[in-house]
This record gives sequence, C-alpha cells and structure tokens, in this order.
Amino acid sequence: MYSEEILDRFRNPKHVGGMDCADAVGETGNFKCGDVMKVYLKVEGGKIKDIRFETYGCVAAIASTEMMCELVKGKTLDEAYKMSNQDIVKGLKDVPPVKVHCSILGVNSLRAAIDDYRKKKGK
Amino acid sequence: MISNGMKVYLDNGSTTMVDPRVTSKVIRYVNDRYGNPSSLHFKGQEAKKALEKSREVIANSVHALNEEIFFTSGGTEGNNILLKGVAFANRNKGNHIITTKVEHKCVLESCKWLERQGFRVTYLEVDKEGFVDLKKLEAAITDKTILVSIIHGNNEIGTINDIGNIGSLCRSRGIYFHSDACQSYTKVRIDVKAMNVDLLTINSHKIHGSKGVGAVYVRDGVMIDAWQHGGSQESGMRPGTENIPAIVGFAEAVKLAMSSIHVSSMNRLRDRLIEGIVERVPHAKLNGPLGEKRLCGNVHFSFRFIEGEAINGLLDDYGVCGSTGSACSEMDLEPSYVLKALGLSHEMMNGSLRLTLSRFTTDEEIDYVLDVLPKVVRRLRDISPFKEVSHVLGRDS
Repeated sequence: MYSEEILDRFRNPKHVGGMDCADAVGETGNFKCGDVMKVYLKVEGGKIKDIRFETYGCVAAIASTEMMCELVKGKTLDEAYKMSNQDIVKGLKDVPPVKVHCSILGVNSLRAAIDDYRKKKGK
Repeated sequence: MISNGMKVYLDNGSTTMVDPRVTSKVIRYVNDRYGNPSSLHFKGQEAKKALEKSREVIANSVHALNEEIFFTSGGTEGNNILLKGVAFANRNKGNHIITTKVEHKCVLESCKWLERQGFRVTYLEVDKEGFVDLKKLEAAITDKTILVSIIHGNNEIGTINDIGNIGSLCRSRGIYFHSDACQSYTKVRIDVKAMNVDLLTINSHKIHGSKGVGAVYVRDGVMIDAWQHGGSQESGMRPGTENIPAIVGFAEAVKLAMSSIHVSSMNRLRDRLIEGIVERVPHAKLNGPLGEKRLCGNVHFSFRFIEGEAINGLLDDYGVCGSTGSACSEMDLEPSYVLKALGLSHEMMNGSLRLTLSRFTTDEEIDYVLDVLPKVVRRLRDISPFKEVSHVLGRDS
C-alpha cells in the first residue's frame, strides 16, 4: 500500500523530538481522526534554522510530518508558509488517496507553528 | 528490514497458512481427480464420492446429518444464503430479525439490505467484553421475530458467546437461531443438536484449508429459500459445479484441526503473550475476556498514546504480521465498529493491535514478539506528542 519513500521516512525519521527553548510551537489534529501533530521551530534571521516534530498517528502521518520538516528546513518563514500539501505528496512519491489528509495536516501543523511565531513576535 | 530473518505470522484471524497435507490433497483433485460430480462416468463418480465423504467429515464435526451440510464459497456467501434465504422463506410468519452490533460485516450488511426489503432488524448491544446478554435478547423478541443471528467467536476480540443458552431460548420461542462460527469452528466444540442451533456458517481458510470454500448447516425442517438458482448441486441450496479440490481440502483441514491438543497449546501461548505484554508494556489494556471464554488464538490490546497502523507498520519491519481496528487502517477512516460497541474511546480504538495465533505458532515466536513489541511501542511513544504524559504516568504505574 505504501511507497518505499513513505516507509523509509516512517522507519527512520530524522526530525523527531521536542525542542528546548523552541521559538514557536504548532499543533493540529485530534484523537478522533487518529492524528495529532506538534511542530517545534527554531527561527534565525527569518529562516527556519531547526524544526522538530512529534506525531501521534499512522505510518503516513509520521512520514508526512518528517517530509514536511525536511522540505522547509532552511527556508524563510514566508517560503515555508506557502508550501502546499502537494509538495509533501510529491516528496513521498505515491501517497494513497485515503492518506492525502495526512499531508494536509502536515502543512497545517507547520502553519500553526509559524502563526505562533508571528504572534509571539508581534507582541 | 530489521527482522534478522525471523518471520512471525500472527494474523490468523484474517487467514491461515494452508496445511501442507491439505495442499497435497487439493493438488491431487486439481490435477488428477478433476471430474464433475454430476457426471455419471467413473471420473465424475470419483469426484462425487470425494464430495460426499467430505460432507460426512463436516457433518460429524458439528454433529449434523450429512444432508444438513451444504458447501459454499466461504463465510460471506454462507451468511448471505442463510440470512436472506430464511428471511424470505418465513415472511408469512413475521418480519423481525435480531442480531448484534458486533457481527461480521457480511451479516450486518445482509441485515441492512433486508431492512431495505421491508424487514425490521434489532442490533443488540454487547457488554464491555463483547458478550450478548441473554435477557436483552429475550426482551428484544417479539411475535414477529423469525430469526436470531449471533456470532459464536468474535473475529476481533475473541469473545465466545454461549450459543447453547441462546439456542435453547430461541428454540423455546419457536424462532430460528443462526450462528456465524467462522472463527470458532474446530476451536470451540459445536454440537448443533445439543446447542439447538438451526443454522450455522463455517469456512475453510481460517482453519488451514484453502480460500474459496465453506459450508452451511441447515437443520432438517428449517424453512429456507435458495438464494442462487441453477442446477441441482447441493440439493439446489447452492447450485453451481462444486469446487471439489477446495472441498476435499476443507474436509482434510477439519480432520487435522479437530484435536483438543491444538486448543490447549494455543491457549497456553495466547496467555503467555497476553501476560508478557501486560508485564512489559505500560498502558496496555486487553480487550475482550480472559480465559475459556476467549478464542484460543486471539490477543487484542489497546496501547495508549500511539496509533495501531503505525504499530503494525513497525512490527512489519521486524517481520511480525498483525492487524488493527484503528480508523487509519480503514478506507472510510472509521474505527472498528466492534471496538466502538465495546464503548472504547477513540484513543483506545485507534491504538488497537490484534495478534491471532494458529496451531503452528511456537514458543520461540511468542518470545520474539515479546521482545520486539515493547521496542515498537516505545519508539512510537517517543515520536508521539503525548510521550511526556506517558512518561509521567509510566512513573506512577
């Protein structure tokens, strides 16, 4: 059912974990739908210097958050915000149609983290 | 792959390995004894003899008469034939059917279809362990009730219903009683006469036979309409040229499976696995009952803070096959209706893992699973945002 790309990201995620003194945190999802994603950001000079995630969810949910982290690391916040779930789908090669919502949650969790950063900055 | 070559198949509730002794029988009837049992020549009669011998084996296994056994293509066809056939044949007596919320999909979907044809169906609740309450069943019976259909051994959580008690109640009220025994067959003693069962569904691929074959028992005298029309095979109950190789293999599988030694050995391994998981994995909750009222091969847990499809994804990596009732594993993204009927929370439904043993499961395989499963759970809890909570709770427990 899953591409090797998804399975590999699921088995060997490189961005797992919380973050001490994160500049921002974003969370999305709930127990009911079976996925909860939490994203931690370290921002420097308007760019994402480091990104970490914690995900409660299925194979595709974990792989999607991992892929998202890989894609936006080093990008400016504006660039990162514009990332679409299709970028995650492309990065993972074949995402089963029933699992595309996992990639959307991946994007939403990132945007929630960026929103959190901007809110904190605005204060 | 990090399984070191170890492969452990613990999804026998889905299907089982075909016993090599069954395979050799099947192959003989595919290659050499290919006759059509309806033919009068020696080739046909050779097949006919094998068919009737197989019928006798199945009949004896549940204490039925030979002429009360009809071969089908499997559990789904069996349940369809019986439910629809009995419902339509007894329309003049009433239009009410009683079943439970935890039946196999083919029973529930047949019932839903019957509702669209004007029948009324009551779906009984079950208790926390998945048992049907006899009093609730009795209270649901009306003067329009024609059929009660209750699963014998639950495919997900392994609950074994007391079909003897249900059978007596139905018999005393003059209502036909059907039980889907696909999971329990050869693992729990079934005596259709002593248990007052009127209709029974069984199949082959759950007991190390091949796929594509099963059987139904229809007590002599039960009013039932044929649901498929054609020749006179299976006395017209299930027309179509019989799948002789698979039927012969089914009978062989039954002969090999009918031993209490298998059951006690599977019970021992099942309990080792259950106790081992409880001991080694914090925040693991067993679903379904313990002891004799649980199918001998069934182990079903919910793990807090993590999701079941991911558990299976990592287990697969270790060479272990299991299954889950999590919403994430279903095309409709709905968690298992069986787990829902038990009243489990979304977290507990989504964090579920079913491991189902067979008579070929070994102590070494159980040791291996008890070694890798705690690692898998720990790894996923490390990824989970709820891990802090789990660590805090972990210290408490």
